[in-house]
Amino acid sequence: MTNLIELNGISHSYGGPTVLEHVHLTIDEGSFLGVIGPSGSGKTTLLRLLLGNLRPTEGVVRRRADLRIAYVPQVETVNWNFPITVSEVVLMAAAAKWYRPRATESERKRVAELLEQLGLGGFEHRHIRELSGGQQQRVFLARALHRDPELLVLDEPTSGVDVRTRHEVVHLLTDLHRNGTSVVLSTHDINGLAAHLPLIACVNRELIAVGTPAEVLTSSVLERTYGAPMEVLEHGGMLLVTDSPMGIE
Amino acid sequence: MTLFEPFQFEFFRNGFMVATLAGAICGLVGVYVVLRSMSYIGHGLSHSIFGGAAASAVLGVNFYLGAGMWGLLSALMIGRVARRGKIGADAAIGVITTASFALGLALSNVFGQAKRSIEAVLFGSILGVTTLEVIAVACVGVLAVAIIGAFYRKLLFATFDPEVADVTGVNVGRMEALLMLMLAVTILFTMKIVGVLLISALLVTPAVIARMVTNSFARMLVIAPLVGAACGAVGMVISYHADISSGASIILLAAFVFIVVYTVTGARGRGNAGGMIH
Repeated sequence: MTNLIELNGISHSYGGPTVLEHVHLTIDEGSFLGVIGPSGSGKTTLLRLLLGNLRPTEGVVRRRADLRIAYVPQVETVNWNFPITVSEVVLMAAAAKWYRPRATESERKRVAELLEQLGLGGFEHRHIRELSGGQQQRVFLARALHRDPELLVLDEPTSGVDVRTRHEVVHLLTDLHRNGTSVVLSTHDINGLAAHLPLIACVNRELIAVGTPAEVLTSSVLERTYGAPMEVLEHGGMLLVTDSPMGIE
Repeated sequence: MTLFEPFQFEFFRNGFMVATLAGAICGLVGVYVVLRSMSYIGHGLSHSIFGGAAASAVLGVNFYLGAGMWGLLSALMIGRVARRGKIGADAAIGVITTASFALGLALSNVFGQAKRSIEAVLFGSILGVTTLEVIAVACVGVLAVAIIGAFYRKLLFATFDPEVADVTGVNVGRMEALLMLMLAVTILFTMKIVGVLLISALLVTPAVIARMVTNSFARMLVIAPLVGAACGAVGMVISYHADISSGASIILLAAFVFIVVYTVTGARGRGNAGGMIH
């Protein structure tokens, strides 16, 4: 198993307080890692450091040469009023290579195949705003897959989507992982997403724990991560995390 | 007096061509300006360039060279101050460009530039447009079309989703610098006819009109220059006959077209324009 990315003693600040401190983390080939933590804990910063969008203020990031990374941002950050169609979004993935404004026949064919594969066949000329939440998420996944990535990074892929869409996204990512794509994602959804992943990293300004759900989803680790008491129950072989607010009987 | 009477004068023919080309170029570049919510930068840069124009006049430097360098320097300073994150981009523009504008006014006062000449720069004038300037504006148009054609996908990606574009291998910083350069050059070569105070309206209005009538980015890049060119051409004719400044006439016409399209397209148009109209 080879390392795709290695973070060695990474710290980062945006000019103010430190957002992440002394993080050591290795992303191996074939990883399927979920990063959990409360809002403002540094999850997105960690992803941006992995992607190379940010340079750490301290520490070293080692990325395998010629590693093909693709990124799916949070759908909440997308400008849905931007005048753009589904196929134009997917075609962006080839932007770095091409100086030709119009797509070639082979590019259009590849886009159509990808959209078909993700259940979006026939949606090529639709405006992105005209799609449902799940379809919108899949358009951005199609753009990422257009690069045939070795590592797929997703920021909150199930945020703001309904249960059915969440299941679709989880199945899609599982299929991609099974077919050899390494996946790293951040999520707030412990029970619906993180608990189903083989590996979880708990972050709150520092890397608190990394391990399988059984190793990491414990009351003590979760309390250190979220700063609040949390209970872990087992139901049908699955771990379920519940918060236990103080003062409510 | 016939509608075509002004065309017998060379100064009007030159002014007409520059206004038409200026409208088209501002419409084209304006698409990126409004979609990136950079309208305030266009406004600020034109003010800043005014300072450069006044300084160039005082120092006896070529207008385009002096004002252009000044504008570019202001754009780079704005970017640098905003990137440091201590103050926002809008505040940086407010400080740097208005200071530059005030310096231009002060220099004009001290060194006795005629009030009429300042008015012409502020509000636009069709007088004194030379054939060389028509050719220069046409060259700017060709350059803008060539840049947008060559970097169409990269500019689109960097405009729509800069963070992912960066990960995908698009040099977002270079694309932003290219856009700023296009914007500065466009303002520099078109501000004489439209005026410093009104140029930002010509950058924004045709693009917003185009956005209200189409959902396609590619079609916006065609419609906005056409609207801008039409407003420039017709506005110039109105300017001559009504004896009002060319900038005011062009912008009032663009605003009228905006109101008509806003009314005709109704909720669909307003929905398309989204965050651009509140």
